[in-house]
Amino acid sequence: MPSTINLLINGQTVRVDAGPTDTLLSVLREHLDLTGSKYGCGEGQCGACTVLIDGKAHRSCITPVWSVTGKSVTTIEGLARGQHLHPVQQAFLDEGAMQCAYCTSGMIMSAVSLLNNKHNPSDAEILEFMQGNICRCGTYPRIVAAIRKATAAMPETRP
Amino acid sequence: MSDKPLFPDAIEPERYEFSAGPSWLFESDRRSFFKFFGTGLFVICAASKAAGLQESGASRRNSEEDSLPKEIDAWLHIGEKGEITVFTGKVEVGQNIRTSLSQGVAEELRVPLDSIRLVMGDTQLVPFDMGTFGSRTTPTMNLQLRRVSAAARDALIAIAAKQWNIDPARLSAADGKVLETGSQRSATYSELVKGQQITQLLPSEDPLIPPGQWTVAGRPAPKVDGRDFVTGAHRYPSDQKLPNMLYGKIVRPTAFDATLLSADTSEASKLPDVIVVREGNFLGVAAPTSALAAKAAAAINATWKTDPQPSNAQLFEYLKKNQVPASERGEGSRTEVGNVNAVFSATQNRLQSTYNINYIAHAPLEPRAAVAHWDSDQLTVWTGTQRPFGVRGELAAAFHIPEQKIRVLMPDTGSGYGGKHTGEAALEAARLARATKQPVKIVWTREEEFTWAYFRPAGVIEITSAADPSGKLIAWEFHNYNSGGAGIRTYYDVPNQLIEFHAVKSPLRQGSYRGLAATANHFAREVHMDEIAYSLKMDPLQFRVLNLKEERLRAVFTEGAKKFGWSGPKPANHGYGVGGGYEKLGYVATFVEVASIPDGNIKILRVLTAFDCGAVVNPDGLRNQIIGANIMGIGGALFEAIEFDNGRILNNRFSKYRVPRFRDVPAMDSLLLDRKDQPPVGAGEAPIVGLAPAISNAVFDVSGIRLRTLPMAPLLVPQGRQIS
Repeated sequence: MPSTINLLINGQTVRVDAGPTDTLLSVLREHLDLTGSKYGCGEGQCGACTVLIDGKAHRSCITPVWSVTGKSVTTIEGLARGQHLHPVQQAFLDEGAMQCAYCTSGMIMSAVSLLNNKHNPSDAEILEFMQGNICRCGTYPRIVAAIRKATAAMPETRP
Repeated sequence: MSDKPLFPDAIEPERYEFSAGPSWLFESDRRSFFKFFGTGLFVICAASKAAGLQESGASRRNSEEDSLPKEIDAWLHIGEKGEITVFTGKVEVGQNIRTSLSQGVAEELRVPLDSIRLVMGDTQLVPFDMGTFGSRTTPTMNLQLRRVSAAARDALIAIAAKQWNIDPARLSAADGKVLETGSQRSATYSELVKGQQITQLLPSEDPLIPPGQWTVAGRPAPKVDGRDFVTGAHRYPSDQKLPNMLYGKIVRPTAFDATLLSADTSEASKLPDVIVVREGNFLGVAAPTSALAAKAAAAINATWKTDPQPSNAQLFEYLKKNQVPASERGEGSRTEVGNVNAVFSATQNRLQSTYNINYIAHAPLEPRAAVAHWDSDQLTVWTGTQRPFGVRGELAAAFHIPEQKIRVLMPDTGSGYGGKHTGEAALEAARLARATKQPVKIVWTREEEFTWAYFRPAGVIEITSAADPSGKLIAWEFHNYNSGGAGIRTYYDVPNQLIEFHAVKSPLRQGSYRGLAATANHFAREVHMDEIAYSLKMDPLQFRVLNLKEERLRAVFTEGAKKFGWSGPKPANHGYGVGGGYEKLGYVATFVEVASIPDGNIKILRVLTAFDCGAVVNPDGLRNQIIGANIMGIGGALFEAIEFDNGRILNNRFSKYRVPRFRDVPAMDSLLLDRKDQPPVGAGEAPIVGLAPAISNAVFDVSGIRLRTLPMAPLLVPQGRQIS
């Protein structure tokens, strides 16, 4: 049976009625109408559903929603500060690093996680970290270029 | 040499690309448009009799006083706030036509790019369109929208001339205004149309700005709505939501072509707020959440009758043995010029090879999705499809209602690659919505998308050829079993040819794919060309150029070779390969460099694509498409293959079906032969065709191993080698 839990999503505390097997992704999309996080595979293989949990990338499609109580969840909708885009969002725009863009929010969230924890990663480190995110349109080289560009725009340490 | 054109102006759509022709088409009229817009200038362009595929505008209508003409190219509206709305049946699946089409409109209408809004793929508002496939948007829709924009610009000039009572020849248009030469007088478009309801029906004959004089088109333009994607704001089909909407889930058969014998739905029906729907072989549930719908579907105990079916282990023998009889094949499946058999019986230099192509999946990252809503007998469906009007037809047929009662809307979708020509999710959502009398959403799981969509056809290709000692091709026999007729004709100059497509009863559901069969046919042909060159001890590039008359195709080979450094020094243990051709009106040559590393594995180092698609509309979007096509092509070339057995797909997840990822990407470069003297043509498909043969030929160059099956990587496994 559903039970009511409190979640901290994009800085706001929200109450949702969630079933014991509900994933974070389904709660975000169906209960909270935060549809920027996408379903792509349901097994943590494609990265389209990536969100930040306490600043680190997680695949929300295989994350039980109860496991994030007491933690801070950031989705693509919570990344910009008002009209001011996050440097990674801006870099994706500047580099034209998208085609159908269905993977884009997951790509951006993974890249933010990478740069939160590693300033100025090498190309090999970027590829290694991003390997779990699929872009079927094949925009990978531009995504790498966008991450490189964003790293220059980000301070050495971010909260 | 044959009299038949090897480079026809029009492209025939592949047999997979449409399932049904248009019926009655466009039900809006002038009154309903002004009900929609209020005031402004509404410009309708009558169709010109363009050669080739008549994919837009053919319309059969009731004869009403207010009805529109039968043949419509395009229409646009200019509102009294200066907002410009353009209507097209083409849809956006990531190929970036929302931007490139807007560039064409901005160019002719002389307005800023950001003042234009495109309404795409809404069957109630846009002119009929057969679908977004075959790389037709740029050669046809770009032209149609430029024509209607030029007509609108001239209509605005005429309005100003009338208001000012002067000769229109004294007026010009720039930056959203009409200006009088030699005077300060000007009026914005919004001022000219303010408070009016003007309809202009114009022939599409106004002269267009030639590509050499473009200022908005022909230049890089960022995605017009890019911000919506980096913020997550854009609503894809799977993101649509309606009040009181239920989530649907289909109970799938255990194998293809199964029949539902019985279903125990008692446990599912006991779950709160769950509705079970059974209609013939259709068995589904609807519930307030997707989790509950999934739980209910899993609680249904269904029994299916299935029949034995082949597996991929016997695939290529199966395709050879299960041809459709010649009497049942369509016309044009066989082309014969000269007499190949006479040449083959007289020559010693005969070469024969067989090439195999496995089934692959499109695996669009957004799976099929739809939201359906019935309002009495009116049906509205939001879905991701490359053929909104085709899906409307499927719905009309399924529910026995007229197409006028159905509206299909296509929000910009998470890709298609030829894999979303059909409306399965739309039909399923509509069926559940009708039964439950509530809106229903269906989103396929990845496993469903890998199983119940359709595949790029597998194939067997047999080639027999002969060349004279000087390296001129003299005979070419080419048989394609099942994979398709796209790109089957050789563009090399051969006096004796026999080219035949053999239709087969496919063991899997198959359909369109980026480049269709052109990838398979180019793979076989271009690898075979290398085999002949090797047998003649000729340079593979020189051998191709020697046998090519077509100037634009020669140019991509020779210009690409220069940029690639084909004739320059080649490092030890490195191999070069080339493959190319002509597809969807574009000319492409792909160059690949590989290295054989000390452990015996082969690494693809770099790819260069030389591409001529006429005058380039958006170089930035074009490069994205070229690189993207090559990266997608790596999957089918090296490792993608559908495994199946007895009516089931065995590798129906990303954890079992490998697609290209970040570390699979070599250095990628493109050379755009921007032909300002040629009309722009499409670019989404052609760049994929040269990659696989270029890789195969480069592998042979470095290792002496000839790879004749797609995907290629499994062929190296017995040798203890990998390729990446």
